[in-house]
Amino acid sequence: MSESRPAANGHPRGLYLYAVTPEGQPPRNLRGVMDAEVRPVPRGGLVAHVSDVPLDRFGEEPLRRSLEDLQWVEEVARAHHRVVETLAAAGPTAPVRLVTVYSGEEQVRDLLDRLHDDFAEILSRVAGRREWGVKAYLRRQPATPEPSATTTTATTGDENPGMAYLRRKKENLRGREDLWRAAAERAERLHAELARVAVASRRHRPQDPKLSGRSEAMVLNGAYLVDPAREEELAAVLGGFPDRFLDVELTGPWAPYSFTSIDLEASRSGDTR
Amino acid sequence: MTPGGTPAYLPERRGEALAAGGRLPPERVALVDLLDRLLAGGVVITGDIVLSIADIDLVRISLRALLGSVRGTEPFDPLGEPDAESGRRRPRQEGERG
Repeated sequence: MSESRPAANGHPRGLYLYAVTPEGQPPRNLRGVMDAEVRPVPRGGLVAHVSDVPLDRFGEEPLRRSLEDLQWVEEVARAHHRVVETLAAAGPTAPVRLVTVYSGEEQVRDLLDRLHDDFAEILSRVAGRREWGVKAYLRRQPATPEPSATTTTATTGDENPGMAYLRRKKENLRGREDLWRAAAERAERLHAELARVAVASRRHRPQDPKLSGRSEAMVLNGAYLVDPAREEELAAVLGGFPDRFLDVELTGPWAPYSFTSIDLEASRSGDTR
Repeated sequence: MTPGGTPAYLPERRGEALAAGGRLPPERVALVDLLDRLLAGGVVITGDIVLSIADIDLVRISLRALLGSVRGTEPFDPLGEPDAESGRRRPRQEGERG
């Protein structure tokens, strides 16, 4: 294990690790977090892609504070993503979890030695495949609202306006619950059909409307790892789904982030949990 | 595949067609979609790391703080009306952190 090295300005530096790829021609002039140059650290047929970061920003305590700052998180996330995207466009890529920082190159080489087989296995699983994201939202207004006989005749009869209001409100709630249930069932079917086309699938938590930027409830936030030969089938499944219950949104292609979420215990070689 | 077995597009163009259908240019990837993947995806290496935010709890706490700062702390109602039948909201499970 190597010591943290002081940078020119005297602050110790760490190495930010973005991703591991097989040996090959690394992209040139790639810039990462804080605009630092990304460089390859090769070892045993694998390459770790890293850049220098100052530990006064990426140390444990500064990080704890920085994570409360959305702008900071976004800058790091976008820089991380830019590097991973560039690598993934060039070949099989195993992205590493956001903000993984090592003390030096020796430590990174050591990591590639000990986890060589794990990374090789992950890379062979994602090679040539791409991740697609599919989000489905409850459609707020059905395309063809069914006129309700009871509500149109509601104000006639013995009912006073207050009672009629309460009853309509109750019916409206029940209608919305039915709508919600129908949309959730459709979303389950959509996920099942997409999963059949995909090599692997995974569901993320539905996004909170405060972050998704849409007021409609999200009923599916899926990720699908797909062979290129089957991407057309994926598109066909999606094409059949937007309906009176669901709005469907496709994102991607993504680097295989959702399918490399594996905990590797660095101290024990070859153990994948 | 078309019925004749001939690809409708060259393989490398299918993805472009899909992406075009998604109407999201790559440079405009939504931060929330990105964070779904960056905070829950990617290889996590534990054991000899100097520092890392692989600690999920730390990330969740931070995101909650972010959410709170984005727009108050009103509860999330899937049907879009925070005041509707608020008593039906799922009670907090035991062991779930607040």
